[in-house]
Amino acid sequence: MTTTLEHPALPEPAILPDFTKPLPSREGDRIIQFREALREAMSEEMRKDSRIFLMGEEVAQYNGAYKISQGMLDEFGPLRIIDSPISENGFAGLAVGAAMYGLRPIIEFMSWSFSLVAADQILNNVPKMLYMSGGQWGCPVVFRGNDGAGGQLGSTHSWCVEGLYANVPGVKIVIPSNPYDAKGLLKTAIADPDPVFFLESERMLGDKAHVPPEEYYIPFGQAALLREGKDCTIVSFGRPVNFCLEADEALRAEGIECDVLDMRTIRPLDIDSIIASVKKTGRIVVVDQCWPFASVASEVVTQVIERAFDWLDHQPLRVNTEDVPTPYSKVLEAEYLPNPRKIAAAVRKTLAS
Amino acid sequence: MAQMTTETHSGSPHRKARTHRVSDSLPGETLITWLRDMLLIREFENRCAQAYQQAKIGGFCHLYTGQEAVAVGTIQSLERDDPIVTAYRDHGHALARGMDPGACMAEMFGKITGCAKGKGGSMHMFDKPNWLFGGHGIVGAQTPLGTGLAFAARYEWEVMGKPCPNPGVKPGDKPKKKVSLAYLGDGALNQGALHEAMNLAGLYSLPVIYVVENNGYSMGTAIERGTTMAHDLRKKADAYGIRGEIIDGFDVIDLYDDFKPLVDWCRENQRPAFVDLKTYRYLGHSMSDPQKYRTKEEVDQFKGKDSIDRLASQLMGERKGKDGKPILSEARFTEIQTEVKEAVRKAMDFAEESPTPDVEAELYSDVFINPQPNLSPTRDYIHGVKNPLL
Ligand SMILES: Cc1ncc(C[n+]2csc(CCOP(=O)(O)OP(=O)(O)O)c2C)c(N)n1
Ligand SMILES: [Mg+2]
Repeated sequence: MTTTLEHPALPEPAILPDFTKPLPSREGDRIIQFREALREAMSEEMRKDSRIFLMGEEVAQYNGAYKISQGMLDEFGPLRIIDSPISENGFAGLAVGAAMYGLRPIIEFMSWSFSLVAADQILNNVPKMLYMSGGQWGCPVVFRGNDGAGGQLGSTHSWCVEGLYANVPGVKIVIPSNPYDAKGLLKTAIADPDPVFFLESERMLGDKAHVPPEEYYIPFGQAALLREGKDCTIVSFGRPVNFCLEADEALRAEGIECDVLDMRTIRPLDIDSIIASVKKTGRIVVVDQCWPFASVASEVVTQVIERAFDWLDHQPLRVNTEDVPTPYSKVLEAEYLPNPRKIAAAVRKTLAS
Repeated sequence: MAQMTTETHSGSPHRKARTHRVSDSLPGETLITWLRDMLLIREFENRCAQAYQQAKIGGFCHLYTGQEAVAVGTIQSLERDDPIVTAYRDHGHALARGMDPGACMAEMFGKITGCAKGKGGSMHMFDKPNWLFGGHGIVGAQTPLGTGLAFAARYEWEVMGKPCPNPGVKPGDKPKKKVSLAYLGDGALNQGALHEAMNLAGLYSLPVIYVVENNGYSMGTAIERGTTMAHDLRKKADAYGIRGEIIDGFDVIDLYDDFKPLVDWCRENQRPAFVDLKTYRYLGHSMSDPQKYRTKEEVDQFKGKDSIDRLASQLMGERKGKDGKPILSEARFTEIQTEVKEAVRKAMDFAEESPTPDVEAELYSDVFINPQPNLSPTRDYIHGVKNPLL
C-alpha cells in the first residue's frame, strides 16, 4: 500500500514507498559490498525518475573516489552523473536551487569532513527553505558521503558531523551500519521529499553481506533490534553498531545478554524502541562515534531520562570517541574510537552493584 | 573620504554606440507600466520606513530606494517564467515580479497573510507563483542557488524533455530555454560562494546572469575598500569564461536596451553572463545607519540622476506616441501617482488588519514536507498548512 503525500510545496503529489510490505530476509547468498548496495540504490531510483542526478567530486569519469558510483557514468551519461570541481559550497548550493526548481539531486561529498566548507548551504539553506518560504519550497536533496574516523586520516578528515548537524531542525539524518540497510535506507532517502543527510563510512564500504534482489525500502525512524537480551540495552548508530555486536558476543560468553539496537536514523530517532527496551532491561549504554559534549548520545540519554527515569536501575552510560581532536597514529586512533572493550566495560559497569 | 561621482559610477563610458534600440519597439503603455512599478516600489519603501519607525516591522529591513530601475528593467527583460533569486534587499524585486504589495507588507508585519506566512520577514521574500525563489539573508548565498535554477532549467529540456510541474506549466507543455537571474550586492563579490558559483556556471555552461547591483557600498565599505578590480569588475567574469558587461542602472530604458539583448543571448546560447550594474541607494544600508561613510553632496548628486524622474520626464517629453504627443500626460502621471499611493495605503491597511499566525498551527508547520514521528524530542511537526499565496 503506497501512500500519496500532498503538500503545498509539492508540485505534484509524492508517491511514498510502500512501508507496509514486509522487508525481505537478511539471509541469503547474494553477497555484495556496502558500496555496491549504495550504487544499486541510486541506480534503481535513477532508472525510475529522470529528475534524479548525481553530482560530486570524481563521481563520473574517475568512477567515484571510493568506487561507489562505478559504472554509473556509462549507464546514465554525463548529463546525470556529473563531475564537480572541488567547490562544496558551490555545488551544494547549486543542488538547493535545482531542488527548488523541481529536480531531485543526490550530492556526494567525498567526505562529510569537507561538508564544513558548505556549512552555509547545508545548514542555513537546506533545512530552512521550507520554513522561511512559508511552505512554498522544500529542498529534496540527498547529501551523502563518508563520515567518521578510522582510516588514520587525522584531525581534518575524520569528522562525525551528526553531532553538529542533528542540532538543526529540518533535515533527516540516516546512518546505516551494514549493506542491507544501506540500500533500503538510501532508496527511502531518495524517495523522501525532505532533505536527507546520509552518513556512510569509508571503513565499511568493503563490508559484504546479503542484499536481496527484490526492491525494498526501509522506513526512517525504525530501529533494528539486532540482538535480544534482558540485562542491558545497547544503542548505537552507524559503524559502531558493529563494535556493539562484538562486545555483545564477548558479554554473552560471560552470561550477560543485551538488547542491541541499531538506530539506523538519527532524525527521526526511534526513541520508542529504546524506551521499550530500557523498560525491560533497566540499563542503557549509548555508543556514538561523535565527541561526547552535546552529542547524539547526550540526546539519547536525555530522552531516556525524560521518558523512563523510573525504570532505570543504573544511570545511563555513554561511550563516545575520546574528547580530543582525531589523532593520526594507529594506536592513538584505536584508543580514541569507541571499541568493543570500552562498550563491554560500560555494560559491565551498569550491572555491577 | 573618497567621493563617488555620477561620472565614474556609471555605465555610459563603456557603452557602445547603439545602432539599434530594442526599446524602440515597446508600446508606450509598457513604459508607463514600468514607471508605475518604479513609483510603486518608491512609495512602498517610504511607507516601510514609517512602519519600521512605528515598530510595526521588526528585525533588519533594507530599503531599495534609488535602485528601482534595476529590478524593473531587468525583470522586464525576462519571460514571466524565468526564475530569479536575490539577496535581502528584496522588496523591489518582489514587487517588480508582481507580488501583491499587501502580501509583501504583511510579511514584514509578521502576519499570516504575508508571502511566507510571517516566517521569512523583510529579508526572505518568496513568491512561487511569480518565480521569485527568495530573498536570501546571507551575503552571496543566493548565487549558487541562481546557478542551480539555471542548471535545472537546462536539465529540464536537455535531460527530461519536459518541464517540471511549476506554476503555469500545463500538461503536454514543451520545455523551453530559460534564463535565471541571480542578483547580488557589490559586497557579495567578495564571497567565495559567488566565485564557486561562477566557475560552475562557466564550466557547465548554465544560462544564469549574475546581476551585481553595484550601489558602491556594502554597509559602510566603499567598493574599492573591499574589492579588487573595482574599476572593471568584468575581469572577474573573464576569469571564469563568462561574458561580462557594465550597464548603467540610472535610466531604465537604457538599462533595458543593454540588458534585454544580453538575456536573449544567454537564452539562445545557454551561457552565463555577469553584469556590473551601476546603481545607488539613497537611504542607509538598513534602518539604523548614520551614514558617516559618505557625504550628503554625494547622495544629492545621485538623487539628481534619479531614474524615476528621468523616466517620467522622458515619457512626458521626448518619447512621443503615434499621434506625435508625449506618451504620458501630466494629468495621467498625477493619476498614476495617486493610484500608487492608494495601492500602498491599501497594502498597509491589509497588513495592519491581517491576523497574526496561529501559533498552534504555524510554529511547527513547514519544517518537513513529510513529517514523521520522533523527528523532534519536544513536539510533532505539522503537515502541510496552506500558504495563502499558493
Ligand atoms: C555572510 C554574511 N556576512 C555578513 C552579513 C551582514 N551584512 C548584511 S548586508 C551586508 C552588506 C552587503 O552589501 P552589498 O552586498 O553591497 O549589498 P547592499 O546592501 O549594498 O544591497 C552585510 C555585511 C551577512 N548578511 N552575511
Ligand atoms: Mg552594495
